[in-house]
Parts: sequence; structure tokens; C-alpha cells
Amino acid sequence: MSLKSNLHNLKEKYKGTKMAPAFNAIHTFLYLPNEITHNGTHIKAADDLKRTMNTVIMAMVPCLIFGMFNAGYQHNIAFGNTTLESMSGFLNANFWTLDNFGVGFWKVIPLVIVSYGVGLAIEILFAIIKKHEVEEGYLVTGMLVPLIVPIDIPLWMLAVAVAFGVVIGKEVFGGTGMNILNPALTIRAFLFFAYPTWMSGDKVWVKGAVEQDQLIAAGQNLDAISGETVLGSLAQGKAAGYEVMDMFFGFIPGSVGETSTLLILLAGLFLIFAKIGSWRIMLSSVLGALVMGLIFNFVVDSGWITESSKFYGLMSTTFWHHLVIGGFAFGTVFMATDPVTASQTNKGKWIYGFLIGFLSILIRVFNPAYPEGVMLAILLMNVFAPTIDHYVVQGNVKQRMKRLKAKTA
Amino acid sequence: MEHIELFFKSIFIDNMVFSVFLGMCSYLAVSKKVSTAVGLGAAVIFVLAITVPLNWLLDQYLLQPGALAWLGTEYADYDLSFLSFIMFIATIATMVQLVEIVVEKFSPSLYNSLGIFLPLIAVNCAILGGSLFMQSREIPTLGLATVYGVGSGIGWFLAILAIAAIREKIRYSNVPPALRGLGITFIITGLMAIGFMSFGGMLTGGDEEAPKKEETAQVDSIDEKKEVLANNIKVNK
Repeated sequence: MSLKSNLHNLKEKYKGTKMAPAFNAIHTFLYLPNEITHNGTHIKAADDLKRTMNTVIMAMVPCLIFGMFNAGYQHNIAFGNTTLESMSGFLNANFWTLDNFGVGFWKVIPLVIVSYGVGLAIEILFAIIKKHEVEEGYLVTGMLVPLIVPIDIPLWMLAVAVAFGVVIGKEVFGGTGMNILNPALTIRAFLFFAYPTWMSGDKVWVKGAVEQDQLIAAGQNLDAISGETVLGSLAQGKAAGYEVMDMFFGFIPGSVGETSTLLILLAGLFLIFAKIGSWRIMLSSVLGALVMGLIFNFVVDSGWITESSKFYGLMSTTFWHHLVIGGFAFGTVFMATDPVTASQTNKGKWIYGFLIGFLSILIRVFNPAYPEGVMLAILLMNVFAPTIDHYVVQGNVKQRMKRLKAKTA
Repeated sequence: MEHIELFFKSIFIDNMVFSVFLGMCSYLAVSKKVSTAVGLGAAVIFVLAITVPLNWLLDQYLLQPGALAWLGTEYADYDLSFLSFIMFIATIATMVQLVEIVVEKFSPSLYNSLGIFLPLIAVNCAILGGSLFMQSREIPTLGLATVYGVGSGIGWFLAILAIAAIREKIRYSNVPPALRGLGITFIITGLMAIGFMSFGGMLTGGDEEAPKKEETAQVDSIDEKKEVLANNIKVNK
């Protein structure tokens, strides 16, 4: 008896009972259903919603594995077990060690388990109450969430935030495909505003830094650890402290999966190639960020902002460096392109993406309270996406009316 | 520069709906369709743009402590600020009547679709809130007051426009029965406010020089006022 037939039998056994959606979901996630129609005309397509979601997850797996290595690497650097070897290429020997992976693995896997466990439990609960099948939407969200939180986030906070995001962000609107804000970002925003000390600062990005801090506060003679993100240092007017290529490869502190711009770029190309991510949104978002970066560079070059200004650090950052630091790349590739909450029309996608890039750099530079602007820029544009769509559609209607009049007249 | 800063601040950072949750009644009730929402939003911009500067004049020359000094020194220590609510409401109600007449004359279809909510703008808390914030934040000039009125109006307009588009989009969503209608609208408003939090805290600091100047200016004006008041008291004695 294979796992498949076992699952099928379980499914048959619970057919019509309350628990049925739970088994159906597990079954159809792993396998094609047994019931296949044989005659008549059918539209045949390989990518149903589940395959779409699986493709996105596949694109995220490299980021996750890299995140595990990086978590261990940052930990070992901070505690003096290994040294930073700058500019030694992507296959840095000090980075890809089993030790790094082990440390990171045991830190990241609990995040993944909590995210999926809590989220899917709520999804199944709602499916049973509402008497419909479990929807696939959480598969991607559950994978995104561990990638966008700091490594040291307490698991109960993550659980609370996931519960909030899934219930208020999605289920109250009727489930997958109906939500107005990206659920993963709703979860992160909840964490960010509810537990700010665990979501920003220079301690949370390195495993063990917070405990070290508490030990020092308790009177032990240890060195304090500072794992400031690049954005954090720049916002304080300090130098970034990392080579550009290191930032591009991702050997920097940051949320679990957001650091490696290289892998995110590959994932983005993969999603575009698989026709799942919208290249319009990705491209226009990068354009928006570059334009805003150029404006800030111009302001600095023409001497309107001097070094005494507290915006100087981030404003004087070379414009394209904004693309490789912080969560901009990750947000653009995986969050902004969410087909549910983004603009639906092609023209709308250009506007939507451009404004995301534009606003994220704007918030990054001008808002001292939030070192990272991508999350909030995407949430804000999620709010305005239906408005953009409405006016794009109305504009199209007007144009067609004109054409019709011109033809009939 | 000051004007531009206040303009953007009142649109995005101190947004009437998302940061102080004012004007909720018409915001929730008239946001079912984008076209009506645009109509009401435009009416709110118009009314705010006129009432805030008008009330600024009232406040400056009638209501503030010592505002009546222009009538003569014997009136200088009158403090009519307890009348602000009545005076502000009177201005607003008059203005709304005017807007109603204008809208009825030039766009009967909009007038019909707005229905009872046009006269209700008179008691829209966003409008009175605009005037009261103008008073409590001590906006110094007539120009700034106008900018503040227009900015707050546009902020409210954007809010109702966005939620109307969202409500049109989710019209066919499978919302749980208990939450249909107002319930889900409240939740959307809360989530939208999270989006608008991206601007919270912006423009508060700025360059190091700017706020210091303002502080000293304020201190000066307060000192001057104190001196004037002290002189008045002496004269009266």
C-alpha cells in the first residue's frame, strides 16, 4: 500500500464528515486526485492553483537554504568562531560550511513549522466551519513568513501574528483570492507594530545576540554583539561596512531569506519564465526605486543636503545600491507580484509597481521610524490597487466609446 | 516650503480617516460606489477648503483670547473661545447649504445620488475636526490654514476613493454572513490604516535647523502675547 492509496482510503472513509476537507487538502497537495474524467471535451492545463503555488515555493527554497547558512554564518561571525572573508566570491569557503548550516537549520526550521502549523490549522478550521475545501493560498504565505522575520523572533509571537494575519487578513474576506492586503505582509506588519523591539534594532538579526545582551545586563563579562543591518547603519550615517558584492551575494545580517539578492534575482527570472510572476510589476518597481534613488543622489550632489542632515547617510547611498540592501529585492519579486492583491490590469501594473519602488525608497530615507520601507510601501499600494484598476478600466471604456462614436458617426 | 510640507502632512500623515478616524459616518455609508464616493469626496474638499480659512479668520479676530483688541483696548482681554463650537458649526452649516444649492443647480444626478449625505456634511466630524485642529494646532497664517483645509480634504477624498474601489472589488466575496456590510468595512478600514502607517512619523524631524526656528518663533509669540496680556491687565487695573 503506497502513501497515495492510504491517503485515498482515508479520504473515502471520511467523505461527507466534518474532517473531510483536511484529508482532501493533504491528498491533493501531494498527488493528482484518483478521480479523472475520461470522455467528453475538457480544457487541459497543467497549472491549477496548487501547481502555481508549488512553483512559487520552489522559487523560494534556495532563499530558505541560503537563509539557514547565513543565519549560522552571522552567528559564528558574531561569536568569533569564524571570520569574514570579503570579496571571495559566492562560493565562499567560510560560508558554505556544515556548521553554519546546522546552526541555522535548527533556528529556521521551527519558524517554518510554526508558520505552517498555525496557519494551516486555522485554514482547516475555517474550511470545516464554512464547509468548503481547504484553499491553497496559505502554502505560499506559510513559506514567505519565515523568510521575512528576524531569526531570533520568539515562536509564540510568530504564532500570534500568523493567527492574526490569516483570520483578519484573509479569512474574513472569504479566503484565498479575496483578501485586499498581502497576508504575509499583514503578518509582518502586525509583528512590526505590536512587537517593535523584536523586529528592528541591531540585536535581533543575529542568533543569540539578544540573550548575550541579557547576560551582560545580568552582570556577566561578555562582549556585546552588534548585528546591525546595512540599512540601519546607513540610516545612522555610518558606512555600510560591507562590500557591494557581499551585499549582492547576501552575506549580511537581515531577515532570514531577504539577504541574497543573487538568489532572489534567479527566483524572479524563474517566476517570469514560468509565467507566474508579473514582469511588469518587477520591472516597474525596480525602475521606481532607481528613479527615487537618482533623485536623492541628485539632491546630495547639488549640495541641498549637507552632512549635518540626518537623511544624508541614506540619501548619499549610490542609487543602485538600494536594490541590493534590505528587503527590496525580496519584496519586489515575491510580495509585490502577488496576483490577488496587485493591480489586475496591465497598465495598472506599471503604475502599481512604479509607485512601490518609488515609495519604498522614499520611506526608507525619510521615515526615521521605519528603517525598511518595502513592506509598508507594498501594503499601501495594495490599498490603492483597486482604485488604480478602476480608473484604468474606466479609461479603457471611455476610449472604446470614443472609437465607437468615431466609427458610427 | 512650509506650505508644501503642511500640505503633504495633512494628506498622508495626519490623514483625517486613518490617523484620527474622523468623518467615519459618511465614509462608511457613501463608499459603496466609486462615482458617489468621488462626488462626496469632492464636496468635502470644497467645504473644508472654504470653512477652515473662514474659521481661521473668525478665530483670529473674534474668538481667541485677546482677539477683539482691534475693536479697542477695552475689549482686549475678552476671551470668546467658548463660542468656537457654535461659531464654527454655524459657518460650516451655512457653507454646506451653499454647496447643496450649487450642486443641485449644476449636477442634479450627483445631487440625487448623494441624497441625505450632502446636508449631513454639516455634521461630518471631519469638517468640524478640520476647523478645531486648525485652532488647537495654532496654524499661524491664513495661507497655511487654506492649505491645511485643502490637504485634509484631499486626504479624506483619497481614503473614501480607495475604500469605495475596494468595496466594489469585494462585492462578490464570500464574506462570513455576520460580517457582511459594515463589519467587513470596518476591518478594511483598519487594514488600510496599517498601509497608511507607512507615513507615520515622517516629516516630524526634518533637518536639524528647521524645528529650532519654529520653536523660538513660538516662544517669541507666546512671550509677546503674555506681555500684551500683562499690559492689558495693568491698564485695566
